[in-house]
Amino acid sequence: MFENTLMIWPENVAMSVIVWLTLFMIVLYIARGPVHGIISSTSRMVHRAMRLAARALMQVEHRLTQRNREVLLESGKEMMDHQIAREFERIDSTVQRDLAEYPALQRRLLELVTNIDEDYKQSSQVPPDVPAWDKAVGAVARIPSRGDPMVANILENIHDSLQTANSRVLTEYRKATHVQHSLLKRMLPYWRNVVSALQQVDRNMNKLLLRSKTIDRHMENYENLLHREDRAMRMLSSSSLTQFFISAFVLLIAIGGAMINFNLIAHPMQEMVGGISYIMGYKTASIAALVIILVEVAMGLFLMESLRITRLFPVIGSMPDKMRLRMVFITFTILLILASVESGLAYMREVLAQDEAALRAALLAEQSTEAVLSQRWITTAAQMGMGFILPFALTFVAIPLESFVHSMRTVFGIAGVLLLRSLAFLARLTGNVFRQLDVVLVQLYDLLICGPLWLEKIIINRRERVVIEKATEEPEAVQKADTAEDIKTQDKKSGGIQYEDPDFVSPLTPAGESI
Amino acid sequence: MRHEYLVVAALISIYTTGCAEQVSHTRGVYMLLDTSGTYTRELVKAQNIINYTLSQLNPGDSFAVARIDTASFSEKDLVTKATFDPRPTTTNQQKRHFRVNFNNFVKDIHPSPYTDITGGILQAIEFLNETGAGKKTILIFSDLKEELDKGYIRDIPLQLNGVEVVALNVTKLHSDNVDPREYMDRLDEWEKRVAAGGGTWRHINDLERLENIFID
Repeated sequence: MFENTLMIWPENVAMSVIVWLTLFMIVLYIARGPVHGIISSTSRMVHRAMRLAARALMQVEHRLTQRNREVLLESGKEMMDHQIAREFERIDSTVQRDLAEYPALQRRLLELVTNIDEDYKQSSQVPPDVPAWDKAVGAVARIPSRGDPMVANILENIHDSLQTANSRVLTEYRKATHVQHSLLKRMLPYWRNVVSALQQVDRNMNKLLLRSKTIDRHMENYENLLHREDRAMRMLSSSSLTQFFISAFVLLIAIGGAMINFNLIAHPMQEMVGGISYIMGYKTASIAALVIILVEVAMGLFLMESLRITRLFPVIGSMPDKMRLRMVFITFTILLILASVESGLAYMREVLAQDEAALRAALLAEQSTEAVLSQRWITTAAQMGMGFILPFALTFVAIPLESFVHSMRTVFGIAGVLLLRSLAFLARLTGNVFRQLDVVLVQLYDLLICGPLWLEKIIINRRERVVIEKATEEPEAVQKADTAEDIKTQDKKSGGIQYEDPDFVSPLTPAGESI
Repeated sequence: MRHEYLVVAALISIYTTGCAEQVSHTRGVYMLLDTSGTYTRELVKAQNIINYTLSQLNPGDSFAVARIDTASFSEKDLVTKATFDPRPTTTNQQKRHFRVNFNNFVKDIHPSPYTDITGGILQAIEFLNETGAGKKTILIFSDLKEELDKGYIRDIPLQLNGVEVVALNVTKLHSDNVDPREYMDRLDEWEKRVAAGGGTWRHINDLERLENIFID
């Protein structure tokens, strides 16, 4: 029906279409100025709005980067403080332990030195000399006997006496030398003890040197942090990311453990709270089981806090030692009770399973499972063991949780910065696209009315020719022609503007740098 | 102090919201057993269905078995019934008692001359509404051939909103074999009555596939 009304000549569709197209083109030609204006103003408006949005986003991104940097710096400082304090504590304990031993060591060394000194003195005693009269006897013995038997006898006696004296002296000399040697031999363990004591001192000194080197390294990192060096910031950032993923992985494992724990106690919990009541669409027994597990996790957190292994709650960490110890005792007792309850529930689960299996077998005439039941104690014991151990295992979830919470701030900060940069990039891209779209749309519009424009151009050229011809006669006409030329030049320029956006920023470039 | 009041109010509102859980998650099952004529011989099959039903029910569910006789709209026709305890161990004990009660009934059964199915369904609706169960099922173990004694009025519309009616073991009578249209008409008529009452109708003859009885 509508098509029929559009047909000017129903028998000639092509003619009708041509007429309509011509009319359409004329209308578009008449509306050319306002439409160009609308396109230009709209694109400019969108371009400016997007630029403003991008600038605002980059400012927010800059602030967030600064804030991330400060947070990272503070967390790094805190970590370094903790590490340096810990190293100093270790040095303190080493020095105290070793210094406490030093008087005893010194006394021992002095005793050893005294013993060595005494032994040395004793060993330095000269062996007994040969008797002085042996020279006189020797001289007498050298007198020639000249065949006198009495003299020969006397000389023989002297010779014997000398031999006897010589052997006695030699024996005494050997004895004295033996004593010296034994004294020197006794010195050997003293020397060894001295060497051992000095080696112990050397080892202690080396330990202290190593600790001091570690402290030097930490101090260097600390100084880098204080000077806000990029390398230190990158290291901290990388460390946070690593911590985030590792702790997330460990937390996932812990969640798996908690789920097993939940399945272990949810069914038998029906014996305690009933199996027909619901809270917000969930079975009360399941919620009770979940609450028990969450209470265990909470107790684990408090226990770790009280032991100062984690630092999630400063209030607990800053408690007096006596109060902290009380908290350790209380939380551990609660955990022990809950673990016992879980163990009992795990046992109940097995009892229920057996009862249900027996009933099912009786109702559905299933085959007896007595052979399997005889080995059921293994699964019962395993379930009870798991029910008892899992609450304590979940206690340690506090450590990865702390790392996760601390590193999460950094990771979310980095993600936020990336998101803001991407949004700013998108805003600038959209703005530039709209700006270029202005030219494209104007050209497309003109393409639609190319016929009237062509006619317009012919008319203008003809007018120009007429004006030029008249200008030769009238100077005013030349002025008009110049004006017409100016207008034409301006029109050409308005259709071919090339835009350069000085504020265009890629999301991959650092904040504040523009291309 | 005001913050504390707000926190307490929030906790109370959460608690009351949780306690105000009005949606029932329990199931109510009412089984009607045809005890007329030769159909009593089919009751062995009914034992299997009851055992299967017992194995499928959970703590808090309700289950009743009633016979269809001359005048079934009566509590006297209830063979055995139970609303299971919230505790699973007690539920298991109740199921064992239920089974024993039904077995005793099967041993001493006497055939009834008439079959008042409508009266039985009315009694079932009453029982199921009283249990407040979220899912209501009526199992009809019968050939669905209603035979009323003189004076009994059963031309009553059934109120079966939210009730699922499952016809089990609808045996073919000799007359059905002569003219199968009778059998089909009988089934159609019951389906229409149940649908008119707002209930849903299912028909299961293959008792080897008992898992089709309860489809959630």
